[in-house]
Amino acid sequence: MKKRFRLKPKVEQKAVQFLLCLMTSIAVLILIFILAVILKNGLPEISLEFLTKNPAHMGREGGIFSTIVATLYLTVIALLVATPLGVGTAIYLTEYTFEGIVTRIIRFGAECLAGIPSIIFGLFGFILFVNKLKFGWSILSGGLTLAFMVLPTIIRTSEEAIKSVPAAYRLVSYSLGSTRWQTVTRVVLPSASPGIITGVILSLGRSIGETAAVIFTAGSALHLPSSLFSSARTMSVHFYILAREGISMPKAYGTAAVLVIAILLVNIVTYYLMGKYITRSSRE
Amino acid sequence: MKDTAIQVINFSHFYGQQQSLKNLNLQVYRNEILGIIGPARSGKSTFLTCLNRLGDLVPGSRVTGKILIDGQNIYCPGIEVAALRRQLGMVFATPVPLPMSIYDNLVFGPKLQGKKYRLDLDGLVEDCLEKAGLWIEVKDRLKTSALKLSGGQQQRLCLARVLALKPEYILLDEPTSGLDPISTMKIEDTLRLLKKDYTIILVTNNTKQAARVADRTAFFLMGELVEVNETGIIFTRPADKRTENYIEGKFG
Repeated sequence: MKKRFRLKPKVEQKAVQFLLCLMTSIAVLILIFILAVILKNGLPEISLEFLTKNPAHMGREGGIFSTIVATLYLTVIALLVATPLGVGTAIYLTEYTFEGIVTRIIRFGAECLAGIPSIIFGLFGFILFVNKLKFGWSILSGGLTLAFMVLPTIIRTSEEAIKSVPAAYRLVSYSLGSTRWQTVTRVVLPSASPGIITGVILSLGRSIGETAAVIFTAGSALHLPSSLFSSARTMSVHFYILAREGISMPKAYGTAAVLVIAILLVNIVTYYLMGKYITRSSRE
Repeated sequence: MKDTAIQVINFSHFYGQQQSLKNLNLQVYRNEILGIIGPARSGKSTFLTCLNRLGDLVPGSRVTGKILIDGQNIYCPGIEVAALRRQLGMVFATPVPLPMSIYDNLVFGPKLQGKKYRLDLDGLVEDCLEKAGLWIEVKDRLKTSALKLSGGQQQRLCLARVLALKPEYILLDEPTSGLDPISTMKIEDTLRLLKKDYTIILVTNNTKQAARVADRTAFFLMGELVEVNETGIIFTRPADKRTENYIEGKFG
């Protein structure tokens, strides 16, 4: 038989559509499955007490208040450091240098930095901040480590956002007598801000959930952090220790549920704000 | 005796190795409209961007010779480029409103200069929109986005935005190339009115537009100034055969 087997075009269409739909469903199902398992096991644990009490007996009893606070501190420090650094780098690369060897090397470096496993960042943070700079296991060490971890993301997303601002805007701005810096602050950054904010929020999500880089640098002390130099345990580290050491699975699930809900909330609020911002600037 | 406002002396411009303007010598008189015509890539737009030094922003851009504006060589080191650009306001071929309100577009330039210029921004906005012939159409929606205006309105907004700089010169780079005949007519009417307060250089692809509004017309070809003269003379008895051919539509 010379004739090769071939489906009728109509059947082929249907078959492909079905296959693609199946793939999509699998991706969505995985997400739903994870959420379902965590929320089913974790939600019963969550109560006002769980959210507002500090852990007791290694986490077997009590709540997770101190870990929520620690997570918040670490994330805030990370973003406070990484956002100006990242956006500044992006502005420099796009507005203050012409495309060339140097910018390519810097960009390549940032990309490599993004590919480094977080535990290596943890090790780096441990050596530099904890040991060399003698910050010890602390909120500060952890926050700075996280900042360096999310820095490449912020640089790349900010750079893309800044590049997508039409060149004509810059030309008009210069032609109206503005300096380079005035062009950046009055024309480029306002237009690029939705993209920049997206990058920052992405980094926020990563910081909240990061475990490996934090366990080496912020330590795992259970008490409420009192200063930049106190050791503290974030939610993700708390979850890891509870589950790994078999201390309390219900508490571990409770922590995981709070973590997941927090990240979901951040994403939802971002989408809401972005939608609002974008429609406002285009419809105004 | 006409008052010379801009004097171009042996001026050449290069993009990398390529010479885009060849040894130009040209005067612009005060309160005239100088039309510049010529086929694509003849250096008309490059010449405009040399006058306000916007061309500096293109990598590999290099010039020789002098351009004197009010007697001052603008390629002297130490010239404050931002101030120069305020003095020579520019309107581009495609209208580019910045993504902000009509009002903010107009006060963008004045605000760059700091607080002391902020005295009467509302009055300035009204005055400039009035001059650009846009006030009646937008006076009730100054706070709405400039991106919502039609193409012709956007271009008049760009003109008003330039007027808000209180420039002495207005450079127009094919300002009506993307507009319908009625919007074009409105802009041309505006230019005729503006002539008494400003010196205007109008680059245009449309030779008829030069014939309609320019006092004198210059013909550029391949980076060279072929000739410049009273518009009436250029269009009836040009000195150079190439000018005649271009105007009659034999090439370009």
